[in-house]
Amino acid sequence: MTDAFLTNLAFYVISFCVIAGGIFVVSSRNLFHSAVFLVFTLFSVAGIFVMLSAYLLAAIQVLVYVGAVAMLMIFGVMLTTQLSNVRIRYMNEQVWPALLICAGFLALLVYGLTDTPFATGNVAAPVEGAKAIGTLLMTKYVLPFEMVSVLLLAALVGAIVIAKKD
Amino acid sequence: MIPLSHYLLLSAIIFGLGVVGVIISRNLIKLLMSVELMLNAANLVFITFARWYGDPGVHIFVFIVFVVAAAEAAVGLSLVIAVFRRKESVDVDILRLLKG
Amino acid sequence: MFELRGLIDTIWGWIAGLLADIGLSAGLVQLIGYAIIAAVLFGVIALVVLFLVWWERKVSAKMQDRLGPMRVGWHGIIQTIADAMKLLQKEDITPKNIDFPIHFWAPVITFVAAFMVYVTVPFGKGLIVADLNVGVLYIIAITTFTVIGLLMAGWGSNNKYALLGGFRSAAQVVSYEVPLTLSLLGVIMISQTLSLGTIVGQQDGFFKWYVWRQPLGFVIFWIAATAECNRTPFDLPEADSELVAGFVTEYSGMKFAMFFLAEFLNMFTASVVAVTLFFGGWMSPFGPDFGPSWLWFFAKTFFFVFVLMWFRWTYPRLRVDQLMGFAWKVLLPLAFLNILLTGLGIYIFD
Repeated sequence: MTDAFLTNLAFYVISFCVIAGGIFVVSSRNLFHSAVFLVFTLFSVAGIFVMLSAYLLAAIQVLVYVGAVAMLMIFGVMLTTQLSNVRIRYMNEQVWPALLICAGFLALLVYGLTDTPFATGNVAAPVEGAKAIGTLLMTKYVLPFEMVSVLLLAALVGAIVIAKKD
Repeated sequence: MIPLSHYLLLSAIIFGLGVVGVIISRNLIKLLMSVELMLNAANLVFITFARWYGDPGVHIFVFIVFVVAAAEAAVGLSLVIAVFRRKESVDVDILRLLKG
Repeated sequence: MFELRGLIDTIWGWIAGLLADIGLSAGLVQLIGYAIIAAVLFGVIALVVLFLVWWERKVSAKMQDRLGPMRVGWHGIIQTIADAMKLLQKEDITPKNIDFPIHFWAPVITFVAAFMVYVTVPFGKGLIVADLNVGVLYIIAITTFTVIGLLMAGWGSNNKYALLGGFRSAAQVVSYEVPLTLSLLGVIMISQTLSLGTIVGQQDGFFKWYVWRQPLGFVIFWIAATAECNRTPFDLPEADSELVAGFVTEYSGMKFAMFFLAEFLNMFTASVVAVTLFFGGWMSPFGPDFGPSWLWFFAKTFFFVFVLMWFRWTYPRLRVDQLMGFAWKVLLPLAFLNILLTGLGIYIFD
């Protein structure tokens, strides 16, 4: 009972953080603030991952997104905007159509969610730690793993070649 | 226990925010950030279902999405830098060479 | 008999009983328990950091044949507290035309991230707040927030020196994070777990310390950790004797104190990780039951902090091209070699 109270509280607080952060990312006029709120949002999403007892993926989420992706974004902001003038023209003329389409899309998703008979209630046992995932990665899913590593290598080389001064 | 639909709803909202961001933003970097939001929403759905149906294989999928997201961010930002070097701007509306 | 765990359990049982008597629900009592744990942890860490600041000054003084702080208290032991008081009272100067929220939150994020690491550190037998099953990964992930703090400080100050300093710090920390993470992989391969509690539990005995099986891993880790803490010989971003103070240029008063303390806290964190993963954590060299475990932990950790201070007052500074070249061309290949050797070793001996 008490545990359920704490879990509920944590979930709704974190969800609020995620949504508020996401709104700021999209609507902030200041590009650097957007990037910092992106960090905040992604960190909160990692909190949701923890609630779903995906601890390994939560840690990787923080490591990859905060440590790498968000930092790349911040570097990008720093390299392409001026220090005293970070305010951008942040919207184009498609704001209202965009919101409309998005609202429709969301309504469709919510309709789908409420209408689909998911097998709720019978929560399966949580996936056990890093070991199970690591074993799967090295046995059953070794081909995707190798392909993704090749992709990463290609992206690494490609990024350097593209961004290099010629 | 929090019902499954709440997680899915949260994910749908993040995805919607990402879509709005991609459509309305004029700045290339902001566009990339919105794409990251959308990828995260997808990951959230994956992990929710992994929790409910207990399949560790789904975690592998999320893992791969992480890697792809990182690769996308790296290549995307290097493209942004290259564009900025040539055009002195990262505004999407300036990149209309193909429009003639 | 010197263990703290029993004492803590007794005290907490008493407090929880008291709270339950007032009529608080079990959930609230649990919440208050978490808050108390956080407060106590914060208090201990803050004390450690205050001590470290004083100790650094004393060590540097001894190495330069000076006395160091002597006036406030016995051999100046409460000098740091006096300094902290002074910094608290000082005017908090906020430069014009800065990005205020970013400028304000940068030291907070840096400090909180440096503190959050200690959630999963085993301080002694049973003295661990949460033995996360992804402990090592958690520590690596949380420490990446430091970089965000650095970049925010550099950007938010609206000062070109701060920005350049932030850039340089971030580049250095990101580069050295790669060999650091890879060097820890050797220990994880041998121990087959990411939980710090389990890793310490496996090292019960002097010759079971992982440093004997991972000497190369430890050397790589220690060099990379020195660079992560921005300590000499890798203190280029600040280089207080040559450049302006890097990303902290525009900070004063309490915010400066937070950066300063976070830096010392990072130094302590590096030593804690070294001790936990390579030197048996709270295990004494003579087995798990010799003397109070928390005392062994702090003794070992302070020794490694001392080594960091020793480095600082011994080695000259590297050049920036040497710094980056060293990370990518020397440490990274060595870390890969270490992983290969560890794998071979496991294949042959186990």
